[in-house]
Amino acid sequence: MIVTNMSRANDEANQLDQLYKEIILEHYKSPHNKGTINNPDASVWDNNPLCGDEITITAKINKGVISDVRVDPKGCSISVASASMLTDTVKGQTVVEAKKWIKIIKDMMHSDLQVSDDELGDLESLKGVANFPVRIKCALLSWMTLLKLLENHKGGQ
Amino acid sequence: MKTSKLPSIKKADFKKIRNDFPLIVNTLVRGKKLIYLNNAATTQKPQVVIDAINNYYEKENSNANRGADYLSEQLTIKCEQTRQKIKLYLNARFTEEIVFTRGTTEAINLVAYSWGFYNLKKGDEIIISEMEHHSNIVPWHIISRLTGAKIRKLAIENDGTIKLDNLKKLLNKNTKLVTIVHVSNVLGTVNNIREICDLAHEQGAYVLTDGAQSSGHMKIDLQELGSDFFTISGHKVYGPTGIGALYIKKEMFDQIHPFHGGGHMIKKVTIEDSNYKDVPDMLEAGTMPLAEIVGLSSALDYVTDIDMENITKWEMELGAYAYDVIRKVRGIKIYGPSLDKKTAIFSFTHDEIHPHDIATVLDYEGIAIRAGHHCTQPLMNRFGIQATARVSLSFYNTKEEIDRFGVALEKAVSFFKK
Repeated sequence: MIVTNMSRANDEANQLDQLYKEIILEHYKSPHNKGTINNPDASVWDNNPLCGDEITITAKINKGVISDVRVDPKGCSISVASASMLTDTVKGQTVVEAKKWIKIIKDMMHSDLQVSDDELGDLESLKGVANFPVRIKCALLSWMTLLKLLENHKGGQ
Repeated sequence: MKTSKLPSIKKADFKKIRNDFPLIVNTLVRGKKLIYLNNAATTQKPQVVIDAINNYYEKENSNANRGADYLSEQLTIKCEQTRQKIKLYLNARFTEEIVFTRGTTEAINLVAYSWGFYNLKKGDEIIISEMEHHSNIVPWHIISRLTGAKIRKLAIENDGTIKLDNLKKLLNKNTKLVTIVHVSNVLGTVNNIREICDLAHEQGAYVLTDGAQSSGHMKIDLQELGSDFFTISGHKVYGPTGIGALYIKKEMFDQIHPFHGGGHMIKKVTIEDSNYKDVPDMLEAGTMPLAEIVGLSSALDYVTDIDMENITKWEMELGAYAYDVIRKVRGIKIYGPSLDKKTAIFSFTHDEIHPHDIATVLDYEGIAIRAGHHCTQPLMNRFGIQATARVSLSFYNTKEEIDRFGVALEKAVSFFKK
């Protein structure tokens, strides 16, 4: 009986650890590329109306390459960590590449991933979110905001 | 909130009463007993309410006001008896002052469209408090755009209360409506509706009171409060979703116009024109949610039988207990006034951990709380936050549950600070 309870307790701890991986908590505590760029080529604010989380993304985009990107997220650990990883992923990438990553993260949230863990790097830590349907929007907020930024920027050209 | 010292008619055995709620006593969440602390979102239903709804569909289903047959006649009587019960529950003067709506949101929208749209004009002012739910803000934005009436903000104090002096400063001869929640769904603040009504009425303004969070937790006496409009929500008083009620003071009737057009609300219709019945029929177009009216009727009987005074007393005892448990946790900040000015609703933040993350860890302990902006973004802005975690109690909660919640909250904090 005691063994069963302990293993159940362990299972639960594991599931929570699956969601809140060490790497997510690290990104949350000190997000990469935090802040806003002065005189950005593109800038967008968005929020998750369901929970009130907010994000501002600013970027420098030259000849289809995202030379710099900064995020100013206000939200839970999942949304902040995801935004931090987003900057690591798309900084220096082309707009086309960045859009591919947006699709990969969306697929990941529907457990329909076509990319290896190696390619994912830190992003692999977000896989566990797919098991928490109410938290998927948290993980996607920054990526959907980036998509809006890229679409707006294209419109501005 | 203060409760009277007078002894109740009879004492309620809340340990026994808890067993009336099958979902509360039977539900396991990932192998753990559910602890439901999200009662401001919706309350669970006692077996009698569930039975009443089942019985309705098994034995009573018909359409009210639409047949000379036995079933229809019986149902029509039952609906009107429910209207009478709501009148007594709120201590309204006349049964026709009670209008069935699909909930509080619809009730406020009804006032906005059936009164506001027809009676407000450019230069008029609507005072809205900073602690309102979006359902008592957004309808007025829409009406403001349609009529040109201006919205004025009634700011709240740091402790989440309204200073009447601030209201006095805002009120003027152009003020037509003061719309304020009775009990804040985030802070639990009980607003002094009596004083607010007195001040507003002195200036010739009307008062709408959103009673969604008060009517299931304290005695409502409209003669004491003085509101011109008052709303209640069925599913927050242990009844079904999809049903609520709006009280309209009889003196307001001649300012009220139809809301939805359709069956039942008319006197005569030609292709070119139509004219309408009086309040409340004028405002109840189409088939109302009948099973829900029957369910609400049963819910009102249920809480009336326990006695609202007993409910308030016990919930405030649980509230004081929960307040001590929450504030003992390091890094927690609780929003809202002292216990004597509020109901058992507690919103809090942690200085490092986001409310959603707290809620997810608690969910893993089988504990349901709410995390988010609670449809009160202006209030969140007021405190410079995006979200809070919220615990809201009901009489079926226990001190043991609150203890388990306290342990889980500590666990959540240590989980993120490891």
